[in-house]
Amino acid sequence: MSQENSKNFRTDAPLDVTSWGFPATYDVSLKKDSDDIFEDSKVLVNIGPTHPAMHGAFRCMARLNGEVIEKSFCEFGYTHRAKEKLGENRTYHQFVVYTDRLNYCSALANNVAYAMSVERLMGIEVPERAVWIRMMCAELARIIDHLICIGINAVDLGAFSYFLYGYHQREKAYTLIEKLCGARLTTSYTRIGGLMADAPEGWERELKEWIKETRQVIEEMDSLLTENRIWLKRTKGVAIFNKEDCLKYSYTGPNARAAGLDIDLRRDQPCMFYDKMEFDVPVAQTGDVFDRYYVRVEEIKQSLNILTQCADRIKKGPIWAEDKRTRIPEKERVYNTMEGLIHHFKFFMTGFDVPAGEAYTPFEAANGELGFYIISKGGPSAHRMRIRSPSFWHYQGLDPMIQGEYIADLVAALGSINVIAGELDR
Amino acid sequence: MNIQNPVPTLYGDWKEKFSLQWSAIISDLKAKFPDALESILLPETHPVDIPTLFLKKEYAMEVLRHLKDAQGLGFLTDYTASDEGEEKRFHLIVHLMSVETKVRLRLKIRLGENETMPTLIPIWEGANWAEREIFDMFGIRFEGHPDLRRILMDVRWEGHPLRKDYPLRGYQVFLTPEPIDPELFK
Repeated sequence: MSQENSKNFRTDAPLDVTSWGFPATYDVSLKKDSDDIFEDSKVLVNIGPTHPAMHGAFRCMARLNGEVIEKSFCEFGYTHRAKEKLGENRTYHQFVVYTDRLNYCSALANNVAYAMSVERLMGIEVPERAVWIRMMCAELARIIDHLICIGINAVDLGAFSYFLYGYHQREKAYTLIEKLCGARLTTSYTRIGGLMADAPEGWERELKEWIKETRQVIEEMDSLLTENRIWLKRTKGVAIFNKEDCLKYSYTGPNARAAGLDIDLRRDQPCMFYDKMEFDVPVAQTGDVFDRYYVRVEEIKQSLNILTQCADRIKKGPIWAEDKRTRIPEKERVYNTMEGLIHHFKFFMTGFDVPAGEAYTPFEAANGELGFYIISKGGPSAHRMRIRSPSFWHYQGLDPMIQGEYIADLVAALGSINVIAGELDR
Repeated sequence: MNIQNPVPTLYGDWKEKFSLQWSAIISDLKAKFPDALESILLPETHPVDIPTLFLKKEYAMEVLRHLKDAQGLGFLTDYTASDEGEEKRFHLIVHLMSVETKVRLRLKIRLGENETMPTLIPIWEGANWAEREIFDMFGIRFEGHPDLRRILMDVRWEGHPLRKDYPLRGYQVFLTPEPIDPELFK
């Protein structure tokens, strides 16, 4: 479908403005807006920082010609909490809670990525059960992140009931997460060298029931929206970001795969036990809003497959690495022995030393490549804690993506790249 | 060193998988740009996960362009800096990845307190905001950058927060909204 055709639903027939007596002196480099009877009416529009269509506190200023965006620039930083500075001033253990607030739609995946990056520097091997639980956490986080992305994207374009299907299932996923770690949104579930707590008895069984339900719900959601005519008209050929642009702007994750840039770190550079999993990587070609939506729908299905395989293969066992440096002492020992109390006190007050070195640890989070680059000079806190957040690079591509599009499509484009303010501003 | 005993579940296969490509890239650079490399830190001998090459600033653009065009390291994964407090104070850190082989490489450029760096926008357009963030956080200026404004902090902010001499609680309070430069609309 060509770009021009996809716009025609806005008007029944293109208006011939010249016949009305107005001079037609449109800029030919832009799409003509046939509704714009006041030719060349330049308007500045400010969307955000607190606007229901901007998912979080960020702002987009656009100069419109009629309804077409001529130029735009994006502002953010309203939720900047100086996480990188805090990472240099807090111990490695204390920093776990800050990672929740990065991408708050999939906090578990951030926890997993951070724990991995510190363990990599220390050379700690976590036991098998902990790895399986971490993988399940990452996939569960991916599913709920994608559910909210496609749901909110549909709400912005007017499909409200679709969102409720996904949100209902997301709520149940949060109940599962609550059983795992006691918190729903800010999970702080992983620890360096292990997990906060073991999964409760029968958690895998409940997870499998949830997977079964979610499969049906996804099918239902798919049939509800994917072939909907209005949805197709609003998304097909809108805000195209092709493969070359993705390479220029360092797009990763589902947004890159929607444009045919076939990178998935779970398959290409597997960590944990992803190399033992069987799953497909959905790739689309155009890179429009519809592709970004549909890649996410397909990815949810694949993540459900991975979750099933994990739930089948997980076995009982320890969840903490046998490493005295990072192991939090058992409460039994802390309350009953002097050595245990001292160990507990030293662990939480001074933290543990990470040997000098540097490592960049990438992880395929829900939005793309989430990387923690830690420079350690020894000692209990990092010398430099860099967080490579996918949303930062995705949001940068929004300006070229929406240039020449309608202002209403800005909302569709922004929803489809799933920018999360917490991850963007860090 | 612990990274030398990699954990299988944490990218433990990188060294085996990529060592040939790494040595090919490094020997190619040594042949093409004999003066460009200051020092090379290899995972075999240093506590780094991937080879880290220190580049001279004058050669940085040429080397990066060569890596992108000839060696296939065309994906700018990350661009950041760190305050090392050495004689040359800052390190600019570029992480590159190859889309085809997924081999990764880290390049560092030493910069003094008031030195500038040519912008990487001609090579990767996505470096734009990364450079703005480095300017915002470390105060490093980039020659030829079209729009070197603060990105996360307020434009009226004084100092650069990620420098080691900036205090952790260096709050600055503004009672009016951030002013926007009208030039941006033109």
